[in-house]
Amino acid sequence: MTWGLVLGLAAGAYLFKVVGMVVIGDRAIPPALDRCLALVPAALIAAIVVKDTFSIGQHMQVDARLAGVAAAVIAAWRKAPVVVVILTAAAVTALIRAIHG
Amino acid sequence: MSSGEVRGVLTTCITLGLAVGVFAISFGVAAIAAGASVAQTCVMSLLVFTGASQFSAVSVVRDGGSVGSALGGALLLAARNAVFGLTMSPRIKGRLGTRLVAAQLTIDESTAMATAQTDPRLQRIAFWTTGASIYVFWNIGTLIGALVGDSIDPTTFGLDAALPAAFVAMLFPHLRTRRGRRAAFIGAALCAATIPVLPIGVPILCASLGILVGLRPDARVPA
Repeated sequence: MTWGLVLGLAAGAYLFKVVGMVVIGDRAIPPALDRCLALVPAALIAAIVVKDTFSIGQHMQVDARLAGVAAAVIAAWRKAPVVVVILTAAAVTALIRAIHG
Repeated sequence: MSSGEVRGVLTTCITLGLAVGVFAISFGVAAIAAGASVAQTCVMSLLVFTGASQFSAVSVVRDGGSVGSALGGALLLAARNAVFGLTMSPRIKGRLGTRLVAAQLTIDESTAMATAQTDPRLQRIAFWTTGASIYVFWNIGTLIGALVGDSIDPTTFGLDAALPAAFVAMLFPHLRTRRGRRAAFIGAALCAATIPVLPIGVPILCASLGILVGLRPDARVPA
């Protein structure tokens, strides 16, 4: 982690917030752009889940993480609170590692 | 608008802040595990203050991705705050100084809590209370997580699975519409296909092509 990344992200993130709240104000943005931007979390977060579950660097690898994330999916699907979803995944993964040594 | 209504909104907003604070502990732990210092972790939460972007940057850095790819993915996720700002802008009364502070508090939760109210004054109360309470608890939680994370081995406690699990929890609300599910599927597939061949962090940027599902108007892709 570098300070450049921390401060660059801080500046960029604030810029986006200010653009919406202060610069554009009440003006409308094109509906197609609005729809696409609303889908950014769905597309990117799904990709991050795949990356964090199956990859080590550039290698795809199935290990104890998959069981933990699968448990998280079930917990989230059953509408468990975020904290419970995270703890479930960590517990299942740690348990499998403990059993397999 | 009765005082009971105001109290109800205040209680909900502050409870939400507490829950997010517990979530922030996992961010603190994850950031330290990715090699960030306690100071970097805390400054990130103080200044960036956008959960998904922070987690995304930490995830790419942990894998050894470049600063550019970590920044790119995180900023794409931060872009939606511009839309939230647009949504809140007509509802926030105040001068430039007030709006500059409101901008920093414009996140998923404050926008959602505010737009859930019908009375304009309740909307403002919900926005400011949620934003302020999450800001306070998010930063306290981050500090606790960073301090705890310094003293434990993340894999022993399955914390490497905690990070994708946090994203799973963040993903689910976006899967309610058919369009959201399509964007998520395309993003996940593009990422999986490009991980072996592209530099670390770049597959996340490729996944953003999934948002093009939104180009079609509602009539052709029912939500």
